[in-house]
Amino acid sequence: MSDVAQSEFNIRKYIREDLFPHFMCPGCGHGIALRALLNAVHNLGIDKNRLAIVSGIGCSGRVGAYIDANTFHTTHGRPLAFATGLKLARPDLEVIVITGDGDCLAIGGNHLIHACRRNLNITCLMLNNEVYGMTGGQVSPTTSTDRFTTTTQSGNYEPVFDACKLAEGAGAAFVGREMTLQTPALRDLIMEAIAHEGFSFVEVLSDCTEVFGRKNDMGDSMEMVLAQKSGFRSNSYGTAVDEPFKPRGMKTGVLHRSERLEYAAAYQQHHAEKSST
Amino acid sequence: MSTDQNLQNLQGNRACALAAIHAGCRLFAGYPITPSSEIAESMSAELPKVGGVFVQMEDEIASMGAVIGASAGGVKAMTATSGPGFSLKQEALGYAALTEIPSVIINVMRGGPSTGMPTRPAQGDIMQARWGTHGDHPTVVLVPWSVEEVFAETIRAFNLAELLRTPVIILFDEVIGHLVETVDLARFQNPQITDRKWADGKIEGFKPYRDPGDGVPMMARPGDGRRVHTTGLSHGESGFPTQNAGEVEKFMSRLLGKIAKHRDEVERIDARCCDDADVVVVAYGITARAAHRAVSMLRDQGIKAGLFRPITLWPFPESAFKAVAEHARLVLVPEMNAGQLILEVERLVSDKTTVAGLNLFYGEPITPQQIVEKAEALLSQ
Ligand SMILES: Cc1ncc(C[n+]2csc(CCOP(=O)(O)OP(=O)(O)O)c2C)c(N)n1
Ligand code: SF4
Ligand SMILES: [Mg+2]
Repeated sequence: MSDVAQSEFNIRKYIREDLFPHFMCPGCGHGIALRALLNAVHNLGIDKNRLAIVSGIGCSGRVGAYIDANTFHTTHGRPLAFATGLKLARPDLEVIVITGDGDCLAIGGNHLIHACRRNLNITCLMLNNEVYGMTGGQVSPTTSTDRFTTTTQSGNYEPVFDACKLAEGAGAAFVGREMTLQTPALRDLIMEAIAHEGFSFVEVLSDCTEVFGRKNDMGDSMEMVLAQKSGFRSNSYGTAVDEPFKPRGMKTGVLHRSERLEYAAAYQQHHAEKSST
Repeated sequence: MSTDQNLQNLQGNRACALAAIHAGCRLFAGYPITPSSEIAESMSAELPKVGGVFVQMEDEIASMGAVIGASAGGVKAMTATSGPGFSLKQEALGYAALTEIPSVIINVMRGGPSTGMPTRPAQGDIMQARWGTHGDHPTVVLVPWSVEEVFAETIRAFNLAELLRTPVIILFDEVIGHLVETVDLARFQNPQITDRKWADGKIEGFKPYRDPGDGVPMMARPGDGRRVHTTGLSHGESGFPTQNAGEVEKFMSRLLGKIAKHRDEVERIDARCCDDADVVVVAYGITARAAHRAVSMLRDQGIKAGLFRPITLWPFPESAFKAVAEHARLVLVPEMNAGQLILEVERLVSDKTTVAGLNLFYGEPITPQQIVEKAEALLSQ
């Protein structure tokens, strides 16, 4: 999709520059994800007046405010619930949710399941840095085995959550995963996710350099990003993937795609049929 | 004009649903819970007929979130619940209050705490409705005493939510929710409807939380080109987060003060036989029906009794209440709880008169006889 002829992407057209300097720590992966998202929005020609960004609470949740669009910074774990009401009320808006691994899988896990099941035309970006960044680095549902966090000071002993499998199982129309290392691929995946009718779930493998990387001696931000391909999260996911430049332990790219009837269309269709009989 | 067609036997919960649609509600998000479920059931049947959306969410938190999301998009929205579900909604209620997104929340009170008595009436959520979410926040709570008043107050709740840009809670109790009474729908044929004050005029330099004078800022409609930021973090006029003491102070003062600026529209009371009353009974919801009867029983015995019924429970109609209660010998507050509204009553008039409660919290409505006996016992002391 990225080779479609289009005007050059200028990030300044899509951000609220007056809010800068931003809050993110140097090297934080969330900034890369933000850029990839805005590049996708640009390439798809989405009018920012019609763009609604709904985010939860966390460093991931704070990213939304920098986007020059209709932005909603909601409550911890609930952006999908807000987005559901917003999209049902305003199908004309392009609704994109930005959430974190804690926001989406722990406190908001139930909403994720049911957003996938309903299959409303929303795109959900989960920025997975395998930690609770905003609150200072506690263990999250995606923290790899043996990793040190402020609440697993001798290493993490809890199993890891594969959000993409959950999303697919729960009925999301589109599921994909990409690393921040592969920015063009990430941008293209987000474009596909937005363009796909129905609920699209994208897991972005992000990095928390400050309260995760430092505690785990993972080097500077450059080393952390590069480590994505060598599979530092190899403990996280079961399936091995052989292709080069993909983290050893997990699949990236489009993982699932279906043409299941979108929720609002299904609602319309159902009630039109019922009222005509 | 009242015709037989206009006279309908309606259950309180169903009347609420029909009134909501009448008021322009076009999205309902909820989660089933006794004794509120008939509201959701009615909405699921009625909303599609008017092009609206009914969605049964995965829990009460999601329901409240969806309602706020829909309202932010410009569609009037409502949710309905009872005790345990009302507890779950509290965080999002605070979000709606701080971000100033209109919404209507019905809480059909049942016995509590916890799962309590799902099918029994109670009035135990008076203070939770006022203070349930954390932090200082404005609150508007309405409490009808009949099915017809359920209809009227539901419409008014939507109007107040839009006028004040704030969540409005209506408290029923199980009896009011399940009571079937005749409603004269002719009364509601052309209801006065308040719609959103959308921002218009210049887009450049628009401040989404600027006070236009009445304490209630104009709201930007997503898609109108203003592209504003909405956050549950403390924010200033620009809508962006701030921790600047001056900005936060100014914002909070406006937020907390805006209801008082519209006191006339917000406050509503029903005072009966209060002018010469030695005994003022303060009651609300189904308890006020018993109190009304008790007042005439006491009058029959030559005791000058009156009923003061706040229809707007929060903010409590202070001056109207003081005017009738200060000259009474006794103020009696019957409640189906361990003593909640009485705290407010005491705060207002305990230096002028005797205040006493009648508190029954075992899941049975309070009877007129119980109120009469309590009044007699107190007067003979
Ligand atoms: C109800 C509630 N509980 C807890 C918090 C505190 N809190 C803020 S952000 C956060 C975790 C965020 O982690 P994640 O979603 O992974 O986002 P990240 O900061 O890593 O991007 C928590 C627990 C909160 N704001 N609200
Ligand atoms: S704490 Fe971590 S996730 Fe948050 S901004 Fe810093 S690096 Fe990014
Ligand atoms: Mg995280």
